[in-house]
Amino acid sequence: MDLTFTEEEQAFRAEARTWLEANVPRPALPSGDTREGFALHKEWERALFDARWAVVSWPQEYGGRDASLMEWLIFEEEYYRAGAPQRVTQNGIFLLAPTLFELGTKEQRNRILPRMASAEETWCQGWSEPNAGSDLAGIKSRAVRDEANGGWRLSGQKTWTTRGAFCDRLFGLFRSDPDAERHRGLTYFLVDLHAEGVTVRPVERLDGDEGFAEVFLEDVFVSDRDVLGAVHDGWRVAMATTGSERGLTLRSPGRFMAAAARLADLYRAHADHADPTVRDSVVRAWIDADAYRWQTFWTVTRLMDGGRTGPEASLVKIFWSELDVRLHETALRLLGSRAELVDGEDAGWMKGWEFSLSGPIYAGTNEIQRNVVAERVLGLPRR
Amino acid sequence: MRDAVRTFLEHECPPKVVRDAWTNDTGRSGLWRRLGEMGVLGVLAPEARGGFGGDYLDLVLLFEETGRAALPEPIVEHAAVALPLLDNGRVAAAAAGDLTITVVPPSGLVPYAAGADLVLYDGEFVEPGALSLQPHESVDGSRRLCATATPPSSTNVAASDRAALGVAAQLVGLADRMLTMTVDYAKERQQFGVPIGSFQAVKHHLANVALALEFARPLVYRAAWSIARSDDARSVHVGMAKARASEAALIAGRVALQVHGAIGYTTEYDLHLFLKRAWALAASWGDAARHVDRVGRAILDTDMTPEEQ
Repeated sequence: MDLTFTEEEQAFRAEARTWLEANVPRPALPSGDTREGFALHKEWERALFDARWAVVSWPQEYGGRDASLMEWLIFEEEYYRAGAPQRVTQNGIFLLAPTLFELGTKEQRNRILPRMASAEETWCQGWSEPNAGSDLAGIKSRAVRDEANGGWRLSGQKTWTTRGAFCDRLFGLFRSDPDAERHRGLTYFLVDLHAEGVTVRPVERLDGDEGFAEVFLEDVFVSDRDVLGAVHDGWRVAMATTGSERGLTLRSPGRFMAAAARLADLYRAHADHADPTVRDSVVRAWIDADAYRWQTFWTVTRLMDGGRTGPEASLVKIFWSELDVRLHETALRLLGSRAELVDGEDAGWMKGWEFSLSGPIYAGTNEIQRNVVAERVLGLPRR
Repeated sequence: MRDAVRTFLEHECPPKVVRDAWTNDTGRSGLWRRLGEMGVLGVLAPEARGGFGGDYLDLVLLFEETGRAALPEPIVEHAAVALPLLDNGRVAAAAAGDLTITVVPPSGLVPYAAGADLVLYDGEFVEPGALSLQPHESVDGSRRLCATATPPSSTNVAASDRAALGVAAQLVGLADRMLTMTVDYAKERQQFGVPIGSFQAVKHHLANVALALEFARPLVYRAAWSIARSDDARSVHVGMAKARASEAALIAGRVALQVHGAIGYTTEYDLHLFLKRAWALAASWGDAARHVDRVGRAILDTDMTPEEQ
């Protein structure tokens, strides 16, 4: 096991750092989960794409740099270290794109990926429904064959669709075989949200942003070329995506390392009047971020040697989501009675705390993840 | 090498050997010379002096196995702390297991001093007879402890780091062993007509142990790597590793006992051998709180950034 960075990796880090320092927007952009913030974020994403930093791990033909997993991690560390904006393109880039690379057709990749990377077309995910959350196999939205037009007609309701009110397209699962139950008879569709029959209703989230949406579909036509993977095989196709979501690509360690460094700064600023027991929590947040970094390096080393991520990804999802909650909780303790302020220079911590609370819920609740760990990592019996 | 040591200890150091060490004269396994032959004692010694010629990553991988077996020997003291300080003339004998060397930690509570050939005390190798030693009983009956009249007056930071690293590796092995034992038990033990491991409350306990272990182990490997290349921040890295390994072993033990129920609360069952070793080692060479404090002084009282560590 070699844990040193190569000269190429160090040069890559230096190039990323230089570009980011010169180009990261100052002051920071407003939240990308608001309409005006989203538009500004798309401009930033376009700048990233033009400099070929939007999708470093992708092949060059789609706007990437063919970067290794290690280089991707280095880029992420530099990205968050520089205080660069959240990625409003992330659901497309980190959830849909890996599935397209694995199971999409050449035509789909050529048509979709460059526009996704440049943020000309933004994507949201359509998994959850009012009665299918943790129990995702309970999906009821349906797809009916339209043979005459060479496609499908989608009807039903998707919900908790992050940035659904601003995005252009949605990827999700629909029941294409009405007689099949649970995981069978589902198909993975790519849906144009501007198409006839689509109604999007924004839903205000706990943190006050219109980041959520309900998406209603009534007889929406989707062409055969927008079926991803085989018809009725959607569950398997979707699981390829959630594997990467829970695993490496949704939350890179760089994000938490940057947050731990900001927390340490906050501690130094408030140490003289903070509760003395809070210091311990600050240090533990730092150690958590560091542990996450090294666990990731270890995993990446294994992957670069030809391994694959499996149910261990559930451990990772539990860890980063709960570390994020503890980290923000610690920041609020440092701020004390000023923590409730959502204006002024420290307002980001309350906002961050609110957002961190979604982590143990989305992408599979941590209760479900602990079941996955127990059953598929440790081998305990299902009921 | 790691696999060979694991197999060797599975055969030669089953729980019965650990249990016997509670009541025999020395508290030890009788495997010392064979560990020397395998290269475990001399893992850090150069091959020219009869050692394995390994580095600190080899050391933590092997020590994890000694923890998994709850090997009752002063192997951290001997192989990780004392051997690198030994004069060249005695390295070969130490690597072969012809000598046993133990170390007085900052607490002054030294394990296995009575039967040792040499004791490292305040930077000097002395014979045990030269020290005034007061025997004590440990909660772990195989750990034969003595107190020195006064604790060491100075701290060798590098030696303490090696000790904490070695113990951290053993704690990871202990945690893994207790998790495995408990998962096996939860698959077999039936209540209400089903294995107790099918209950979500039990699953979540065990998932929490897997979580603690998954994120402690890489910190131990990283600390070993930092010591191997004399990284400036190696003491900070050792602190993180020992803190998280101590916590992982303690939660593994706590959950193991709870999931086993009353059978785990007996000394007839083997769990207590591992549990009590974990309690002793989690606090030795600095408990989690002490190491978190040490990390805190390095990161909060300076301007270190995460990437620079």
